Amino acid sequence: MCTTCGCGTGETTIEGVGHGHDPHWHVHADGTAHSHAPLSIAPPRAGRYRQVKAQDMALDPEPVQGDGLLHFGHGPAGAHAPGMTQSRMVQIERDILSKNDRFAASNRAALEARGFLALNLVSSPGSGKTSLLVRSIAALQGRVPVAVIEGDQQTSQDADRIRAAGAPALQINTGKGCHLDAAMVGKAIQALEIGEDGVLFIENVGNLVCPAAFDLGEAAKVVILSVTEGEDKPLKYPDMFRAARLMLLNKCDLLPYLSFDVERVIENARRVNPAIEVIRVSATSGEGMPEWLAWLERERADVLAGKQASTQLPDPRIAGTESGQAGVR
Amino acid sequence: MHEMSLAGSVLEIIEDAAREQGFSRVRSVVLEIGRLAAVENEAMRFCFDAVMQGSIAEGAALEIIDVPGEGWCGQCATTVPLDEQYAACPRCGGYQVQATGGTQMRVKELEVE
Repeated sequence: MCTTCGCGTGETTIEGVGHGHDPHWHVHADGTAHSHAPLSIAPPRAGRYRQVKAQDMALDPEPVQGDGLLHFGHGPAGAHAPGMTQSRMVQIERDILSKNDRFAASNRAALEARGFLALNLVSSPGSGKTSLLVRSIAALQGRVPVAVIEGDQQTSQDADRIRAAGAPALQINTGKGCHLDAAMVGKAIQALEIGEDGVLFIENVGNLVCPAAFDLGEAAKVVILSVTEGEDKPLKYPDMFRAARLMLLNKCDLLPYLSFDVERVIENARRVNPAIEVIRVSATSGEGMPEWLAWLERERADVLAGKQASTQLPDPRIAGTESGQAGVR
Repeated sequence: MHEMSLAGSVLEIIEDAAREQGFSRVRSVVLEIGRLAAVENEAMRFCFDAVMQGSIAEGAALEIIDVPGEGWCGQCATTVPLDEQYAACPRCGGYQVQATGGTQMRVKELEVE
Protein backbone atom coordinates (compact mmCIF):
# COMPACT_ATOMS: atom_id res chain seq x y z
CA MET A 1 0.00 0.00 0.00
CA CYS A 2 1.22 3.46 -0.80
CA THR A 3 2.24 5.04 2.49
CA THR A 4 1.75 8.50 1.05
CA CYS A 5 -1.89 8.36 0.07
CA GLY A 6 -3.05 4.93 1.15
CA CYS A 7 -3.63 3.36 -2.27
CA GLY A 8 -4.68 -0.12 -1.24
CA THR A 9 -4.01 -1.80 -4.55
CA GLY A 10 -0.76 -0.04 -5.22
CA GLU A 11 2.20 -1.59 -6.95
CA THR A 12 0.29 -2.34 -10.13
CA THR A 13 2.58 -1.95 -13.10
CA ILE A 14 1.92 -2.24 -16.79
CA GLU A 15 4.83 -2.95 -19.05
CA GLY A 16 5.89 -0.20 -21.35
CA VAL A 17 3.43 2.37 -20.05
CA GLY A 18 5.02 5.73 -19.29
CA HIS A 19 5.35 6.88 -15.78
CA GLY A 20 7.26 8.98 -13.36
CA HIS A 21 9.07 7.71 -10.35
CA ASP A 22 9.89 10.99 -8.79
CA PRO A 23 7.46 12.37 -8.02
CA HIS A 24 5.42 9.29 -7.29
CA TRP A 25 2.52 8.73 -9.76
CA HIS A 26 -0.92 7.39 -9.16
CA VAL A 27 -3.39 6.77 -11.94
CA HIS A 28 -6.92 6.61 -10.74
CA ALA A 29 -9.70 4.44 -11.94
CA ASP A 30 -11.32 7.42 -13.58
CA GLY A 31 -8.27 7.90 -15.73
CA THR A 32 -6.79 10.84 -13.92
CA ALA A 33 -3.37 10.61 -12.43
CA HIS A 34 -1.73 12.51 -9.68
CA SER A 35 1.73 12.65 -8.34
CA HIS A 36 3.04 13.55 -4.99
CA ALA A 37 6.32 13.62 -3.24
CA PRO A 38 7.16 11.28 -0.36
CA LEU A 39 5.22 11.94 2.81
CA SER A 40 8.13 13.48 4.66
CA ILE A 41 8.35 16.45 2.33
CA ALA A 42 4.75 16.65 1.14
CA PRO A 43 3.22 20.06 1.66
CA PRO A 44 -0.29 19.87 3.12
CA ARG A 45 -3.57 19.91 1.19
CA ALA A 46 -3.95 21.55 -2.16
CA GLY A 47 -0.29 21.70 -3.08
CA ARG A 48 0.05 18.00 -2.58
CA TYR A 49 -1.58 16.84 -5.80
CA ARG A 50 -1.18 17.60 -9.40
CA GLN A 51 -4.14 16.36 -11.41
CA VAL A 52 -3.27 15.30 -14.93
CA LYS A 53 -5.03 13.18 -17.50
CA ALA A 54 -3.58 9.75 -18.12
CA GLN A 55 -3.49 10.69 -21.78
CA ASP A 56 -0.88 13.34 -21.02
CA MET A 57 1.49 10.71 -19.74
CA ALA A 58 3.38 9.55 -22.82
CA LEU A 59 2.06 6.05 -23.34
CA ASP A 60 4.50 3.83 -25.18
CA PRO A 61 2.50 1.67 -27.57
CA GLU A 62 5.23 -0.97 -27.82
CA PRO A 63 5.14 -3.37 -24.87
CA VAL A 64 8.77 -3.16 -23.89
CA GLN A 65 10.29 -4.10 -20.59
CA GLY A 66 10.59 -0.93 -18.60
CA ASP A 67 10.78 0.22 -15.06
CA GLY A 68 7.26 1.59 -15.51
CA LEU A 69 4.96 2.04 -12.62
CA LEU A 70 1.25 2.80 -12.79
CA HIS A 71 -0.73 2.66 -9.63
CA PHE A 72 -4.36 1.66 -9.86
CA GLY A 73 -5.14 2.89 -6.42
CA HIS A 74 -7.92 5.01 -5.29
CA GLY A 75 -8.47 8.61 -4.46
CA PRO A 76 -5.95 11.04 -3.13
CA ALA A 77 -5.72 11.29 0.60
CA GLY A 78 -7.73 14.18 1.81
CA ALA A 79 -6.66 16.13 4.78
CA HIS A 80 -8.18 16.80 8.12
CA ALA A 81 -10.35 19.86 8.22
CA PRO A 82 -10.59 20.93 11.83
CA GLY A 83 -13.14 23.47 12.82
CA MET A 84 -16.14 21.94 11.01
CA THR A 85 -18.41 20.30 13.51
CA GLN A 86 -21.98 20.21 12.16
CA SER A 87 -22.57 16.61 11.17
CA ARG A 88 -25.29 15.48 8.76
CA MET A 89 -26.35 12.30 7.01
CA VAL A 90 -25.81 12.02 3.26
CA GLN A 91 -27.71 9.43 1.21
CA ILE A 92 -25.37 7.76 -1.27
CA GLU A 93 -27.04 4.53 -2.51
CA ARG A 94 -24.24 3.63 -4.89
CA ASP A 95 -23.00 0.15 -5.82
CA ILE A 96 -19.45 -0.44 -4.66
CA LEU A 97 -18.52 -2.03 -7.98
CA SER A 98 -20.35 0.54 -10.10
CA LYS A 99 -17.16 2.28 -11.18
CA ASN A 100 -15.50 -0.96 -12.28
CA ASP A 101 -18.68 -1.89 -14.10
CA ARG A 102 -18.72 1.42 -15.99
CA PHE A 103 -15.14 0.90 -17.11
CA ALA A 104 -16.01 -2.66 -18.11
CA ALA A 105 -18.95 -1.45 -20.18
CA SER A 106 -16.68 1.04 -21.91
CA ASN A 107 -14.07 -1.68 -22.65
CA ARG A 108 -16.81 -3.98 -23.94
CA ALA A 109 -18.23 -1.36 -26.28
CA ALA A 110 -14.77 -0.53 -27.64
CA LEU A 111 -13.90 -4.19 -28.20
CA GLU A 112 -17.23 -4.95 -29.86
CA ALA A 113 -16.85 -1.94 -32.15
CA ARG A 114 -13.53 -3.34 -33.33
CA GLY A 115 -14.94 -6.83 -33.80
CA PHE A 116 -12.61 -8.19 -31.11
CA LEU A 117 -13.65 -11.25 -29.14
CA ALA A 118 -12.30 -10.79 -25.60
CA LEU A 119 -12.08 -13.80 -23.30
CA ASN A 120 -11.22 -13.58 -19.61
CA LEU A 121 -9.28 -16.76 -18.75
CA VAL A 122 -9.52 -17.66 -15.09
CA SER A 123 -8.18 -20.58 -13.08
CA SER A 124 -6.06 -21.53 -10.11
CA PRO A 125 -2.29 -21.10 -10.50
CA GLY A 126 -0.69 -23.94 -12.45
CA SER A 127 -3.73 -25.12 -14.43
CA GLY A 128 -1.87 -24.64 -17.70
CA LYS A 129 -3.47 -21.39 -18.93
CA THR A 130 -0.30 -20.08 -20.54
CA SER A 131 0.60 -23.40 -22.22
CA LEU A 132 -2.91 -23.61 -23.61
CA LEU A 133 -2.62 -20.04 -24.90
CA VAL A 134 0.72 -20.73 -26.57
CA ARG A 135 -0.81 -23.69 -28.38
CA SER A 136 -3.93 -21.71 -29.32
CA ILE A 137 -1.84 -18.84 -30.70
CA ALA A 138 0.11 -21.29 -32.86
CA ALA A 139 -3.17 -22.66 -34.23
CA LEU A 140 -4.66 -19.20 -34.93
CA GLN A 141 -1.50 -17.64 -36.34
CA GLY A 142 -1.79 -16.21 -39.82
CA ARG A 143 -5.60 -16.49 -39.77
CA VAL A 144 -6.80 -14.41 -36.85
CA PRO A 145 -5.13 -11.43 -35.13
CA VAL A 146 -4.43 -12.40 -31.52
CA ALA A 147 -3.41 -10.19 -28.60
CA VAL A 148 -2.83 -11.18 -25.01
CA ILE A 149 -3.00 -9.36 -21.70
CA GLU A 150 -1.21 -11.25 -18.94
CA GLY A 151 -2.01 -10.66 -15.28
CA ASP A 152 0.34 -11.81 -12.55
CA GLN A 153 1.42 -10.45 -9.21
CA GLN A 154 5.05 -10.31 -10.33
CA THR A 155 7.36 -11.05 -13.31
CA SER A 156 6.79 -10.78 -17.05
CA GLN A 157 7.56 -14.45 -17.71
CA ASP A 158 4.12 -15.26 -19.08
CA ALA A 159 4.11 -12.29 -21.48
CA ASP A 160 7.59 -13.33 -22.62
CA ARG A 161 6.29 -16.83 -23.41
CA ILE A 162 3.36 -15.40 -25.37
CA ARG A 163 5.59 -13.05 -27.36
CA ALA A 164 7.90 -15.96 -28.13
CA ALA A 165 4.82 -17.77 -29.48
CA GLY A 166 4.28 -14.90 -31.91
CA ALA A 167 1.49 -12.75 -30.45
CA PRO A 168 1.71 -9.22 -29.02
CA ALA A 169 1.40 -9.42 -25.25
CA LEU A 170 1.32 -6.97 -22.40
CA GLN A 171 2.05 -7.91 -18.82
CA ILE A 172 0.17 -6.30 -15.96
CA ASN A 173 1.75 -6.87 -12.56
CA THR A 174 -0.86 -6.36 -9.89
CA GLY A 175 1.60 -6.16 -7.01
CA LYS A 176 -0.47 -6.96 -3.95
CA GLY A 177 -3.65 -7.20 -6.03
CA CYS A 178 -5.39 -10.54 -6.41
CA HIS A 179 -7.26 -9.82 -9.67
CA LEU A 180 -7.33 -7.62 -12.75
CA ASP A 181 -9.89 -4.83 -12.86
CA ALA A 182 -11.56 -3.10 -15.78
CA ALA A 183 -9.52 0.11 -15.54
CA MET A 184 -6.23 -1.83 -15.76
CA VAL A 185 -7.50 -3.73 -18.79
CA GLY A 186 -8.69 -0.52 -20.47
CA LYS A 187 -5.21 0.92 -20.14
CA ALA A 188 -3.63 -2.27 -21.42
CA ILE A 189 -5.92 -2.39 -24.48
CA GLN A 190 -4.91 1.17 -25.25
CA ALA A 191 -1.19 0.36 -24.89
CA LEU A 192 -1.49 -2.81 -27.02
CA GLU A 193 -3.06 -0.95 -29.95
CA ILE A 194 -5.09 -3.95 -31.01
CA GLY A 195 -6.32 -3.97 -34.60
CA GLU A 196 -9.66 -5.24 -35.87
CA ASP A 197 -11.58 -8.52 -35.94
CA GLY A 198 -9.28 -10.53 -33.71
CA VAL A 199 -9.20 -12.35 -30.39
CA LEU A 200 -8.01 -10.80 -27.14
CA PHE A 201 -7.11 -13.29 -24.43
CA ILE A 202 -6.96 -11.81 -20.95
CA GLU A 203 -5.12 -14.22 -18.70
CA ASN A 204 -6.23 -13.24 -15.23
CA VAL A 205 -4.24 -13.68 -12.03
CA GLY A 206 -4.25 -17.35 -10.98
CA ASN A 207 -6.99 -17.22 -8.36
CA LEU A 208 -10.37 -18.96 -8.30
CA VAL A 209 -11.97 -16.43 -5.94
CA CYS A 210 -11.59 -12.71 -6.56
CA PRO A 211 -11.52 -12.45 -10.39
CA ALA A 212 -15.10 -13.78 -10.44
CA ALA A 213 -16.37 -10.49 -9.04
CA PHE A 214 -14.67 -8.15 -11.52
CA ASP A 215 -16.11 -7.67 -14.99
CA LEU A 216 -13.32 -6.63 -17.36
CA GLY A 217 -15.52 -6.07 -20.41
CA GLU A 218 -14.98 -9.55 -21.79
CA ALA A 219 -17.45 -11.40 -23.99
CA ALA A 220 -17.14 -14.46 -21.74
CA LYS A 221 -15.16 -15.89 -18.87
CA VAL A 222 -13.48 -19.21 -19.60
CA VAL A 223 -12.48 -21.23 -16.55
CA ILE A 224 -9.62 -23.69 -16.92
CA LEU A 225 -9.51 -26.64 -14.55
CA SER A 226 -6.74 -29.19 -14.81
CA VAL A 227 -7.35 -32.85 -14.05
CA THR A 228 -4.54 -32.81 -11.50
CA GLU A 229 -6.86 -30.71 -9.32
CA GLY A 230 -9.86 -32.08 -7.41
CA GLU A 231 -13.27 -32.90 -8.92
CA ASP A 232 -14.85 -30.87 -6.14
CA LYS A 233 -13.34 -27.51 -7.17
CA PRO A 234 -16.57 -26.28 -8.83
CA LEU A 235 -18.34 -26.81 -5.50
CA LYS A 236 -15.54 -25.27 -3.44
CA TYR A 237 -15.23 -22.18 -5.66
CA PRO A 238 -18.75 -21.87 -7.09
CA ASP A 239 -18.62 -18.14 -7.93
CA MET A 240 -16.03 -18.67 -10.62
CA PHE A 241 -17.76 -21.66 -12.23
CA ARG A 242 -21.05 -19.78 -12.08
CA ALA A 243 -19.50 -16.77 -13.84
CA ALA A 244 -17.88 -18.81 -16.63
CA ARG A 245 -19.54 -19.70 -19.96
CA LEU A 246 -17.04 -22.46 -20.78
CA MET A 247 -14.93 -24.84 -18.72
CA LEU A 248 -11.78 -26.20 -20.35
CA LEU A 249 -10.72 -29.40 -18.64
CA ASN A 250 -6.97 -29.28 -19.23
CA LYS A 251 -4.13 -31.83 -18.98
CA CYS A 252 -6.43 -34.64 -20.15
CA ASP A 253 -3.36 -36.50 -21.45
CA LEU A 254 -2.63 -37.31 -17.78
CA LEU A 255 -6.00 -39.00 -17.14
CA PRO A 256 -4.64 -42.58 -17.48
CA TYR A 257 -2.31 -41.91 -14.54
CA LEU A 258 -4.87 -40.32 -12.24
CA SER A 259 -8.03 -41.34 -10.41
CA PHE A 260 -9.78 -38.17 -11.61
CA ASP A 261 -13.49 -38.69 -12.37
CA VAL A 262 -14.35 -36.57 -15.43
CA GLU A 263 -18.09 -37.20 -15.25
CA ARG A 264 -18.20 -36.12 -11.63
CA VAL A 265 -16.38 -32.82 -12.21
CA ILE A 266 -18.77 -32.01 -15.06
CA GLU A 267 -21.74 -32.88 -12.84
CA ASN A 268 -20.34 -30.62 -10.08
CA ALA A 269 -19.77 -27.75 -12.53
CA ARG A 270 -23.34 -28.08 -13.86
CA ARG A 271 -24.71 -28.11 -10.33
CA VAL A 272 -23.46 -24.52 -9.83
CA ASN A 273 -23.98 -23.51 -13.47
CA PRO A 274 -26.43 -25.68 -15.44
CA ALA A 275 -25.57 -23.85 -18.68
CA ILE A 276 -21.77 -24.22 -18.56
CA GLU A 277 -20.17 -25.78 -21.65
CA VAL A 278 -17.28 -28.21 -21.18
CA ILE A 279 -14.43 -29.14 -23.52
CA ARG A 280 -11.72 -31.66 -22.63
CA VAL A 281 -8.32 -30.48 -23.84
CA SER A 282 -4.62 -31.11 -23.48
CA ALA A 283 -2.13 -28.36 -24.27
CA THR A 284 0.54 -31.08 -24.43
CA SER A 285 -1.04 -33.68 -26.74
CA GLY A 286 -3.37 -31.34 -28.61
CA GLU A 287 -6.44 -33.36 -27.64
CA GLY A 288 -9.60 -31.26 -27.81
CA MET A 289 -7.90 -28.35 -29.57
CA PRO A 290 -10.17 -28.60 -32.66
CA GLU A 291 -13.28 -28.37 -30.43
CA TRP A 292 -11.82 -25.41 -28.50
CA LEU A 293 -10.90 -23.61 -31.74
CA ALA A 294 -14.37 -24.30 -33.16
CA TRP A 295 -15.88 -22.77 -30.00
CA LEU A 296 -13.66 -19.70 -30.52
CA GLU A 297 -14.79 -19.42 -34.14
CA ARG A 298 -18.47 -19.54 -33.14
CA GLU A 299 -17.98 -16.81 -30.53
CA ARG A 300 -16.00 -14.74 -33.02
CA ALA A 301 -18.75 -15.06 -35.59
CA ASP A 302 -21.20 -13.63 -33.03
CA VAL A 303 -18.91 -10.68 -32.32
CA LEU A 304 -18.35 -9.98 -36.02
CA ALA A 305 -22.09 -10.13 -36.69
CA GLY A 306 -22.63 -7.67 -33.82
CA LYS A 307 -20.00 -5.32 -35.25
CA GLN A 308 -21.65 -5.34 -38.67
CA ALA A 309 -25.05 -4.66 -37.17
CA SER A 310 -23.77 -1.60 -35.30
CA THR A 311 -21.48 0.00 -37.87
CA GLN A 312 -23.71 3.07 -37.96
CA LEU A 313 -23.00 3.86 -34.32
CA PRO A 314 -20.15 6.20 -33.34
CA ASP A 315 -16.91 4.67 -32.11
CA PRO A 316 -16.95 4.21 -28.33
CA ARG A 317 -13.78 5.00 -26.43
CA ILE A 318 -11.69 2.77 -24.26
CA ALA A 319 -11.61 3.33 -20.51
CA GLY A 320 -8.75 5.50 -19.42
CA THR A 321 -8.62 8.02 -22.25
CA GLU A 322 -9.77 11.51 -21.61
CA SER A 323 -12.91 11.13 -23.64
CA GLY A 324 -13.39 7.59 -22.38
CA GLN A 325 -13.36 8.99 -18.91
CA ALA A 326 -16.11 11.40 -19.83
CA GLY A 327 -17.98 8.50 -21.39
CA VAL A 328 -17.97 6.40 -18.25
CA ARG A 329 -18.65 9.12 -15.76
CA MET B 1 -8.53 -10.35 -0.36
CA HIS B 2 -10.54 -8.38 -2.89
CA GLU B 3 -12.11 -6.66 0.10
CA MET B 4 -9.07 -4.37 -0.15
CA SER B 5 -10.07 -3.12 -3.58
CA LEU B 6 -13.73 -2.98 -2.55
CA ALA B 7 -12.68 -0.73 0.34
CA GLY B 8 -10.75 1.31 -2.23
CA SER B 9 -13.92 1.68 -4.30
CA VAL B 10 -15.82 2.75 -1.18
CA LEU B 11 -13.24 5.50 -0.66
CA GLU B 12 -13.62 6.63 -4.28
CA ILE B 13 -17.38 6.85 -3.84
CA ILE B 14 -16.88 8.85 -0.63
CA GLU B 15 -14.44 11.23 -2.33
CA ASP B 16 -16.77 11.72 -5.31
CA ALA B 17 -19.61 12.49 -2.90
CA ALA B 18 -17.36 14.90 -0.97
CA ARG B 19 -16.64 16.83 -4.18
CA GLU B 20 -20.29 16.87 -5.19
CA GLN B 21 -21.75 17.72 -1.80
CA GLY B 22 -18.98 19.72 -0.23
CA PHE B 23 -18.10 17.96 2.98
CA SER B 24 -14.61 17.52 4.35
CA ARG B 25 -14.88 14.90 7.04
CA VAL B 26 -16.70 11.58 7.29
CA ARG B 27 -17.71 10.34 10.72
CA SER B 28 -19.44 7.13 9.76
CA VAL B 29 -20.07 5.00 6.70
CA VAL B 30 -23.08 2.74 6.25
CA LEU B 31 -22.65 -0.14 3.82
CA GLU B 32 -25.34 -2.54 2.74
CA ILE B 33 -23.86 -5.95 2.03
CA GLY B 34 -25.94 -8.90 0.96
CA ARG B 35 -25.21 -12.29 2.41
CA LEU B 36 -24.69 -13.65 -1.11
CA ALA B 37 -22.28 -10.90 -2.21
CA ALA B 38 -19.10 -12.92 -1.55
CA VAL B 39 -17.81 -10.33 0.91
CA GLU B 40 -16.43 -11.26 4.30
CA ASN B 41 -17.62 -8.57 6.68
CA GLU B 42 -14.66 -9.03 9.02
CA ALA B 43 -12.18 -8.73 6.16
CA MET B 44 -14.07 -5.66 4.95
CA ARG B 45 -13.77 -4.03 8.40
CA PHE B 46 -10.06 -4.72 8.50
CA CYS B 47 -9.46 -3.35 5.00
CA PHE B 48 -11.78 -0.39 5.56
CA ASP B 49 -9.70 0.89 8.48
CA ALA B 50 -6.46 0.40 6.56
CA VAL B 51 -7.68 2.06 3.36
CA MET B 52 -9.38 5.05 5.03
CA GLN B 53 -6.17 6.07 6.77
CA GLY B 54 -4.97 9.45 5.61
CA SER B 55 -8.28 10.16 3.86
CA ILE B 56 -11.27 12.29 4.80
CA ALA B 57 -12.78 9.13 6.29
CA GLU B 58 -9.85 8.24 8.54
CA GLY B 59 -11.16 6.81 11.79
CA ALA B 60 -14.76 6.75 10.51
CA ALA B 61 -17.08 4.22 12.10
CA LEU B 62 -18.22 1.46 9.76
CA GLU B 63 -21.74 0.09 9.97
CA ILE B 64 -22.56 -2.93 7.83
CA ILE B 65 -26.23 -3.68 7.20
CA ASP B 66 -26.55 -7.40 6.62
CA VAL B 67 -29.11 -8.20 3.91
CA PRO B 68 -30.48 -11.76 3.96
CA GLY B 69 -30.20 -13.86 0.83
CA GLU B 70 -33.20 -14.77 -1.29
CA GLY B 71 -33.64 -16.99 -4.30
CA TRP B 72 -36.25 -18.08 -6.82
CA CYS B 73 -36.71 -21.84 -6.94
CA GLY B 74 -37.76 -22.91 -10.43
CA GLN B 75 -39.20 -26.20 -9.22
CA CYS B 76 -41.26 -24.75 -6.36
CA ALA B 77 -42.00 -21.61 -8.40
CA THR B 78 -41.59 -19.50 -5.32
CA THR B 79 -39.12 -17.25 -3.51
CA VAL B 80 -37.15 -19.01 -0.82
CA PRO B 81 -34.63 -17.79 1.79
CA LEU B 82 -31.05 -18.59 0.81
CA ASP B 83 -28.13 -18.63 3.24
CA GLU B 84 -25.45 -19.19 0.67
CA GLN B 85 -25.10 -18.87 -3.08
CA TYR B 86 -25.74 -22.14 -4.97
CA ALA B 87 -27.29 -23.84 -1.93
CA ALA B 88 -30.14 -26.31 -2.32
CA CYS B 89 -33.73 -25.09 -2.08
CA PRO B 90 -34.88 -25.40 1.56
CA ARG B 91 -38.32 -26.61 0.37
CA CYS B 92 -37.57 -29.20 -2.32
CA GLY B 93 -33.82 -29.80 -1.96
CA GLY B 94 -33.22 -29.06 -5.65
CA TYR B 95 -30.44 -26.88 -7.03
CA GLN B 96 -32.55 -24.88 -9.50
CA VAL B 97 -32.35 -21.77 -7.33
CA GLN B 98 -31.46 -18.37 -8.81
CA ALA B 99 -30.29 -15.78 -6.30
CA THR B 100 -32.66 -12.81 -6.45
CA GLY B 101 -31.82 -10.84 -3.30
CA GLY B 102 -28.89 -10.32 -0.98
CA THR B 103 -26.27 -9.99 -3.71
CA GLN B 104 -25.83 -6.22 -3.40
CA MET B 105 -22.80 -4.27 -2.17
CA ARG B 106 -23.70 -0.63 -1.74
CA VAL B 107 -22.58 2.49 0.03
CA LYS B 108 -25.92 3.46 1.57
CA GLU B 109 -25.23 6.63 3.52
CA LEU B 110 -22.56 8.70 5.20
CA GLU B 111 -22.49 10.83 8.32
CA VAL B 112 -20.43 13.84 7.36
CA GLU B 113 -19.43 17.24 8.64
